[in-house]
Amino acid sequence: MTSLPSQSGPVKLGLVIDLDICVGCHACAVNCKEWNTSGHSAPLTDTDPYGADPTGVWFNRIHTFEVVSDDGDSRTVHFPKSCLHCEDAPCVTVCPTGASYKREDDGIVLVNAEACIGCKLCSWACPYGAREYDEDAGVMKKCTLCVDKIYNENLPERSRVPACVSTCPAGARHFGDLGDPESEVSLLVAAREGYELMPEQGCAPVNRYLPPRSKANPAEVERAAPLVATAETADGSAGLLARWVDRMLTR
Amino acid sequence: MHPAKSVILFTTASGAGYGLLAWMGLLGAFGLLPAEFWLGLLGFGIAFGLVILGLLSSTFHLGHPERAWRALSQWRSSWLSREGVAAVFTFLPAGLFALAWIFLGSNQGLAGLIGLIAALSCIATVACTAMIYASLKTIRAWRNNWTLPIYLLMAALSGGLLLQVFLSIWRLPLAETFPWVVLLLFVLTLAAKVLYWRELGREEGGSTAESATGLGHLGKVRLLEAPHSESNYLMQEMGFRIARKHAEKLRRFVVLIGFGLPFLATLVGLALPGSLAAAAAVIGAAFFALGVAVERWLFFAEAKHVVSLYYGESRA
Ligand code: SF4
Ligand code: SF4
Ligand code: SF4
Repeated sequence: MTSLPSQSGPVKLGLVIDLDICVGCHACAVNCKEWNTSGHSAPLTDTDPYGADPTGVWFNRIHTFEVVSDDGDSRTVHFPKSCLHCEDAPCVTVCPTGASYKREDDGIVLVNAEACIGCKLCSWACPYGAREYDEDAGVMKKCTLCVDKIYNENLPERSRVPACVSTCPAGARHFGDLGDPESEVSLLVAAREGYELMPEQGCAPVNRYLPPRSKANPAEVERAAPLVATAETADGSAGLLARWVDRMLTR
Repeated sequence: MHPAKSVILFTTASGAGYGLLAWMGLLGAFGLLPAEFWLGLLGFGIAFGLVILGLLSSTFHLGHPERAWRALSQWRSSWLSREGVAAVFTFLPAGLFALAWIFLGSNQGLAGLIGLIAALSCIATVACTAMIYASLKTIRAWRNNWTLPIYLLMAALSGGLLLQVFLSIWRLPLAETFPWVVLLLFVLTLAAKVLYWRELGREEGGSTAESATGLGHLGKVRLLEAPHSESNYLMQEMGFRIARKHAEKLRRFVVLIGFGLPFLATLVGLALPGSLAAAAAVIGAAFFALGVAVERWLFFAEAKHVVSLYYGESRA
């Protein structure tokens, strides 16, 4: 049934992505591909992988943006994006076959590859570019929230998190129940003012993004500076390390 | 949006087919067309031919055409599914009406009632096609009040021009008055199209690179690096966008060749005797077909999808 569940359950599994921490290493995208190419929606087909024009199915992609403030201050933000498991998922309601569905129990949005006719309409309806057509299989695929990992009883309990979450070397990805206001992820979102992407599209995504923290303000940097100077004057002549630090900072 | 040939063929051919079917149902039911064998055979032959051509082309662009029947199941929520249901249903009254017309020589009374139902089903089917596009929030060029009326008008006009060919070949009395209906449709359709283009040029989309990333509070957002060095499905399907100056040229082509020439041909046809009028009608229909194809191509090529905000666009 491609109508959305009439009553969404209390559990809303999703990801919380920390844009302050993400270093843009693409490890989550690679491990996502690794896990999922033999998982629920396997394989994640590549076309012409070693040729001149390689392209393929990825459930998770990392974009990099530059943000320039009014006073010309710029910063680089790495921006991982996978399915946001929307509560009002348009990819589900437009699907003519019922292949695209949202699970009532945990809110995960999945595609039934047996029923998908490959009409691609769901990819037109998703504002976030989270649906990936597999040219080879002729069906639509997407992030499964690692449904075959998070409930997998053959794995030790601490491994029952999505592949992208367990692999992130920086700890920029969190997984949990965003429907429970007391869950760790919900508390994190509350503490860091996590937000949803493109709320104006009305999809009510479950995933949240944590904004980059503001840069240290110049006054604080000023206060820190004398420490180096102190090191220099402590015994009349600065040590090698202090001189090097001083040079680096005054460049 | 990528202008796929299969989808352009589907929407234009089925639009013309349903348009012709609807006119035959409507005018037949009101006794304005004779239930003549050859008129029926050729008219319905061409109408059904166009509809089937369109439906086949849309089916074969699917990843799994053999599962197409599954698309009839989700009519509660999906316009694509509703369109499938409407298209399949239309064959019933339209087929019965065609049989009564061709083999029983009847298109009024009970047959006329069936013809009316067929005409309404045709209109409903074209409306569903339009709503597939008009319901997508992700594409501002489609989600507006113009998409539905323009699809309906284009179908009525395509079918009307085809009907005019038959009317003038058969030298039916209606051939004298129907061109005025066609001319009126020309004016309405062109007006709708021009107003649509104006709105497209004037209004900006509500989503931005800032809202797509949620980073607007920090400043102006610009894509620094795409996820991969090579293209991907999203960029190929959703990233296609025609340059503004090319679009303007093609719009002029639609207005002059697609609307202007057939309009003149229809007008001139009114003043011409029998077979010359038929020739004018054929020429008009042919140029309009060309215009419709370009118009539909533009409908896709000019449409910007919000996902392009993650690939370098700043507003969609
Ligand atoms: S992010 Fe896209 S694919 Fe995922 S649930 Fe939302 S609309 Fe559907
Ligand atoms: S591509 Fe498959 S999942 Fe997507 S709308 Fe079509 S049938 Fe449904
Ligand atoms: S949750 Fe799983 S499928 Fe989704 S992006 Fe992460 S690793 Fe990929």
